[in-house]
Amino acid sequence: MLGYLIRRVLAAIPVMGVVALFVFLLLRLTPGDPAAIIAGDSATPEQLARIRTMLGLNEPLYTQFFTWIGRLLHGDLGVSLISQVPVLQMIGQRIEPTIAIAVSTIILAVVVAVPLGVVAAWKHGSWIDRFVMGLSVVGFSVPVFVIGYVLIQIFGIELRWLPVQGYRKLAGGFGPFFERLILPTLTLSFIYIALIARMTRAAMLDVLGEDYVRTARAKGIAESGVLLRHALRNAAVPVITVIGTGFALLISGVVVTESVFNLPGIGRLTVDAVLARDYPVIQAMILLTSGIYVAVNLLIDVAYTLLDPRIRY
Amino acid sequence: MSVAIDAGAPALEIDNLVVSLGSRPGGDRVIDGISLSVRQGETLCLVGESGSGKSVSSLAVMGLLPKGALRTSGGGIRLVGEDVLAASDRRLRQLRATTMAMIFQEPMTALNPVVPVGRQIDEVLRVHTDLDSRARKRRILDMMAQVHLPEVERIFSSYPHRLSGGQRQRIMIAMALVLEPKLLIADEPTTALDVTTQKQILTLIRELQRDHGTAVLFITHDMGVVAEIADRVAVMRQGRLVETGTLDDILRRPTMEYTRKLLSAVPSLIPRPPRADATTPVVLEANELGKIYRERSFFGGSREVVAARDVTLTLHQGRTLGIVGESGSGKSTVARCIVRLIDPTSGGIRLMGREISELSRRLLQPHRKRIQIIFQDPYRSLNPRISIGETIAEGPINYGMSHADALAKARELLELVHLPADAISRHPHQFSGGQRQRIAIARALALDPDVLVADEAVSALDVSVQAQVLDLLDEIQARLGIALLFITHDLRVAAQICDDVAVMQKGRVVEQGPAAQVLTNPQQAYTRQLLDAAPGRDWDFANFRPIHPISSEAPLTAP
Repeated sequence: MLGYLIRRVLAAIPVMGVVALFVFLLLRLTPGDPAAIIAGDSATPEQLARIRTMLGLNEPLYTQFFTWIGRLLHGDLGVSLISQVPVLQMIGQRIEPTIAIAVSTIILAVVVAVPLGVVAAWKHGSWIDRFVMGLSVVGFSVPVFVIGYVLIQIFGIELRWLPVQGYRKLAGGFGPFFERLILPTLTLSFIYIALIARMTRAAMLDVLGEDYVRTARAKGIAESGVLLRHALRNAAVPVITVIGTGFALLISGVVVTESVFNLPGIGRLTVDAVLARDYPVIQAMILLTSGIYVAVNLLIDVAYTLLDPRIRY
Repeated sequence: MSVAIDAGAPALEIDNLVVSLGSRPGGDRVIDGISLSVRQGETLCLVGESGSGKSVSSLAVMGLLPKGALRTSGGGIRLVGEDVLAASDRRLRQLRATTMAMIFQEPMTALNPVVPVGRQIDEVLRVHTDLDSRARKRRILDMMAQVHLPEVERIFSSYPHRLSGGQRQRIMIAMALVLEPKLLIADEPTTALDVTTQKQILTLIRELQRDHGTAVLFITHDMGVVAEIADRVAVMRQGRLVETGTLDDILRRPTMEYTRKLLSAVPSLIPRPPRADATTPVVLEANELGKIYRERSFFGGSREVVAARDVTLTLHQGRTLGIVGESGSGKSTVARCIVRLIDPTSGGIRLMGREISELSRRLLQPHRKRIQIIFQDPYRSLNPRISIGETIAEGPINYGMSHADALAKARELLELVHLPADAISRHPHQFSGGQRQRIAIARALALDPDVLVADEAVSALDVSVQAQVLDLLDEIQARLGIALLFITHDLRVAAQICDDVAVMQKGRVVEQGPAAQVLTNPQQAYTRQLLDAAPGRDWDFANFRPIHPISSEAPLTAP
């Protein structure tokens, strides 16, 4: 098991290497002089020369790459061209809301969706099943911002139970942090509940038709044991996959929700950087997102081997 | 072990049971008024072809009929005197494993793949007893020893995929019998196993039944198995009981026409009279054919699995060569190499005098049509979305025939395999298993091949259908002079269709020769072992009599 883990982590290195190379070349292979792109149209020749030296553009390409990688490994992601703040620091400020929302959304979605999916599959064709399926269609088809604004209207404006928008750091106390998390979490979890419930139902339907479920019933085990101990664990692999990729999507930023609730998260940082052509920030975001996907996939694969002994490492 | 005190008292009484489709009254009857009883210490074999309702009857006893799809709508089931149909869900759960237990056909899928087998047995004890964990484990290990599993401690903590099919079925039996139920329902428990394993499992069930005095309701489609295990036999057909009687009565003096027909369809182990020696040209030769699978791991190191080694075969025009062997013997690998569906790692294949083992896919193309294959499962070998006509015509069209001509040819072929001409525009799901296999044969014949490879082509079919398809293959061979390479695990089938037989074990041919010789006077220990394990080998079912002198023994002991 440990050997497998080490092998998988080692195998992730070349993947990240390719991503790094791509990110590096992104700026260098863009048509035109990178310095000019960075400096903008109104730059003076002196400014261009300064940027060129700063980026090391006068060195051969491979030297530039290794210098860049070397810095990267020391945590130096460069400096934002717009705000002149180090990129790492910018991400540090923006990552907390994103992680907070991603974690709370996934937890809520799993807690609600998995039981819904299990019951829907168990009572296949019943009103519960139809209700869950209907709910998931709604979850998929109503745009996130609509759900967000409706929730704000009800709970923020009419009932005044929760703050309308904004974010408070966890360091400033759990209460204010948590109450500002509730509405964005509810908003985002809709689609994830829909997705996970559907997946759970489909996987459970497959598994409930299996011979070993019949064996379990023939042993005189109560339905709850049949569903949870025998069926759910066998149905878990596709469900875990969906939860994992869903989590990666959430971490790499949810622009619309962040905008609706005015949250200073990763998603808006990325969009702003793209609009402003803030290359160092864009590069950092691509690296971060790829890193998260690689890590999540690694975790999913490890989860597979824990859930299913037939999947060998 | 406690021997049944009240031996002879009925453990199970089914009285005029009716099972209907759907959850509302008025659905079609799947089981239409069957009555039978199984006494303590007795084995009742419930025989019938697929769709006869034997499995449904057993599931009804266990209360495991799929909800919403099937329901018991009449009659009664009494388990040791208790009315099962009136029992609450809770009471039914209590009865399962303690009073009635069941083992199933497919040991590969009947165990939960993600739970160690010991824990799966343990679950029965946890649910139904108050024993502490040490006592439970002792009892489980004892039971595992009783079903003759080796290294019980290791197997206790193994996952199912680590065990062989026979071992898994032993686990299922241990799980079913650990609480010494009064009734054991065995639903085709040996059908998915090799003959040698089947023999061991049948012996085991017999032995445990004797020790525990269990009543056994044994469901099977295989008359050979019936002859091995039954005390009494009940024959079912289309949800009704045809006749019931002692083993001897049913096998020797069946009173009903259907029972006679069923018995007559069982192919005899005695090979059919040999045809004249082959004088026709050789159409197919395999020369020291080998197939090795290499598994490479992430960091160097590789594992080799020899699927076939030094297989040499010769097939003459108009003749039938059988390859027989148990699962994993390499018979299907050889068939697939010969058709070049997979590439052999060594050796040669000569088809109509031309070496084809080394040809590239493109150069192979003109030779492909000379050799065609039929697969085992007609439910999966036909594309469900393509009409029968298009399926058959696809091959000829690939080789340049016009669409209209190809469809005309498809019509002729459907006639050849005795299917109605209107089958051409229908789809596979509209046909029965036997009809589908006829379609598969028509498809294979569409390219006018010289060699037809049949890979377990009748194994998935009921005996009566099997007999028809075998007759059809015979007829086609006589009409078209085609050569048949027939892969089967069933020695009875091999005895009835093959001129020559090659017996395979662990990738090698251990014995080869005319069927009449190999199957009646085997020279190799393994071939003898296979023949000995063939269920019902002492019976000539079609003639309703036992075989007296065991033909495979007599010549061996002769000086």
